Amino acid sequence: MTNHHRSEISLHVNGVTHRLGVDNRTTLLDTLRENLGHTGPKKGCDHGQCGACTVLLDGRRVVSCLTLAVAAEGAEVTTVEGLAGDGELLPLQQAFIRFDGFQCGYCTSGQLCSAVGMLAEHAAGWPSSVTADVSPDGPTPVLDAAEVRERMSGNLCRCGAYPSIVRAVLETEAAG
Amino acid sequence: MKEFAYQRAADIRDALIAGGGGARYLAGGTNLVDLMKEGVEAPTRLIDVRRLPLDGISEAADGALVIGATTTNSDLAAHPEVRRRYPALSQAVLAGASGQLRNMATVGGNLLQRTRCAYFAAQECNKRVPGTGCPAIAGAHHNHAILGWTRSCVATHASDMAVALTAFDAIVRYETLDGAGEIPLSEFYPPVGDTPHVETALPPGALITAVVLPGAAASPRSRYRKVRERASYAFATVSIAAAFTEGSVRIALGGVASRPWRCRTAEAFLLDSPGSFRAAAEAELSAAEPLPGNGYKVTLARNLIETVLKELQP
Ligand SMILES: Cc1cc2nc3c(=O)[nH]c(=O)nc-3n(C[C@H](O)[C@H](O)[C@H](O)COP(=O)(O)OP(=O)(O)OC[C@H]3O[C@@H](n4cnc5c(N)ncnc54)[C@H](O)[C@@H]3O)c2cc1C
Ligand code: SF4
Ligand code: FES
Ligand code: FES
Repeated sequence: MTNHHRSEISLHVNGVTHRLGVDNRTTLLDTLRENLGHTGPKKGCDHGQCGACTVLLDGRRVVSCLTLAVAAEGAEVTTVEGLAGDGELLPLQQAFIRFDGFQCGYCTSGQLCSAVGMLAEHAAGWPSSVTADVSPDGPTPVLDAAEVRERMSGNLCRCGAYPSIVRAVLETEAAG
Repeated sequence: MKEFAYQRAADIRDALIAGGGGARYLAGGTNLVDLMKEGVEAPTRLIDVRRLPLDGISEAADGALVIGATTTNSDLAAHPEVRRRYPALSQAVLAGASGQLRNMATVGGNLLQRTRCAYFAAQECNKRVPGTGCPAIAGAHHNHAILGWTRSCVATHASDMAVALTAFDAIVRYETLDGAGEIPLSEFYPPVGDTPHVETALPPGALITAVVLPGAAASPRSRYRKVRERASYAFATVSIAAAFTEGSVRIALGGVASRPWRCRTAEAFLLDSPGSFRAAAEAELSAAEPLPGNGYKVTLARNLIETVLKELQP
């Protein structure tokens, strides 16, 4: 007999396809951590309020604690483990190290995935809540500290490493 | 969380057929999954509508902008025509939630998000189970309604997007198995009365397919401003969407009522006395009935109306 409360899914995580059975209630976060051994994404609040579980889904940053694993079937998931591929750390990751963009490190994987997604959003010309003029006919908003703080506000850091996080992101952007 | 079956809708009809009974449509899941974790929602079946071809924004022959129901909040806010013609809408969406959540959240789901009243998430109350009372009235209500509430419920609607849509006279389009329908946003959220559990005018099982922005409401001279308890990533205490169009001013408030509050009294006042922003705001808020803990919202709303209109006036 089929169990309607479970699903067979395939998840593409960091370029690897996994076939697995999941209880429909399982979040993408729990599946990544408990079933697939990707403990990079962290569980801070489990309610979309802290950003520690941030991953990229088809290149866009999302919170994996409010994403059901079944609903992510077929999408490309990138966790912090997959950001660098096999090679060197991304300039963003190196900047986090250079500028001390963390203390305990609990929020860091989420901060990194979020910043990668955020830089792509900015490069695509998206305005933010602190952009003075959202008109598409003006110049693209310059990514200054105020813009970074607003665009990264979905990632809390209880250690308060914010100044260094902002600096690491700005340095990465400046280095192009 | 209660167990549930999951299916992806193949097309609109497939979704509608599966949509009856204890089923719920799943879009971004940012509110529904959260409430399922809390036990507030317990659907027996989730019908995932996120991949239906209901995303994207197009211009109709009459100049209206048609926003598909599964368009993400991010794509809505970034769309060039929205930013050009309805900047207050783009600003309202950008003022909500976080970058991650806006990438997940959809237009349909945003309209149907439930209240952020803390009691609602924690225990039974009139909004969840009629007749179980409203603990907020005698309890913690500093973030609750000052307009249009009743003894049954004093909760506010939490959406920023809906406030701007209300100012622009947007129309919600939906489908049911009996056919399609339209509801103006001004009638989408019924008055509280003694039925706070009835939150929208949608027929049972209806699937929202689009939101339409009338061309005549376009206003490059429009703005959304949100006051909240921290600088970002927080719900509104009070917010405003305001727009100057040919010969008229449009004003809607958020955070003050069970629905976005269109300020018809202030708008009519300004037709007679253009520029009398403070008096118009006071006329609108003479209907306010604050509770002991949220009187500050009356002052805040008045000041927001006055300052935003002053800054924005042609
Ligand atoms: C931490 C946090 C902060 C937030 N801050 C803000 C904020 O500041 N401002 C703000 O406005 N919002 C805020 N939100 C709310 C967020 O915007 C909503 O949760 C989101 O817009 C809901 O969209 P969704 O697609 O995820 O809906 P879902 O959660 O998938 O669905 C919500 C409801 O809509 C129904 N539904 C979805 N699509 C359809 C459809 N097409 N037809 C019929 N029914 C449908 C579902 O069945 C469900 O009942 C916040 C959320 C979180 C978690
Ligand atoms: S204000 Fe409404 S939602 Fe909040 S406790 Fe009262 S009845 Fe429930
Ligand atoms: S764990 Fe997902 S946002 Fe906090
Ligand atoms: S480094 Fe400790 S929470 Fe951010």
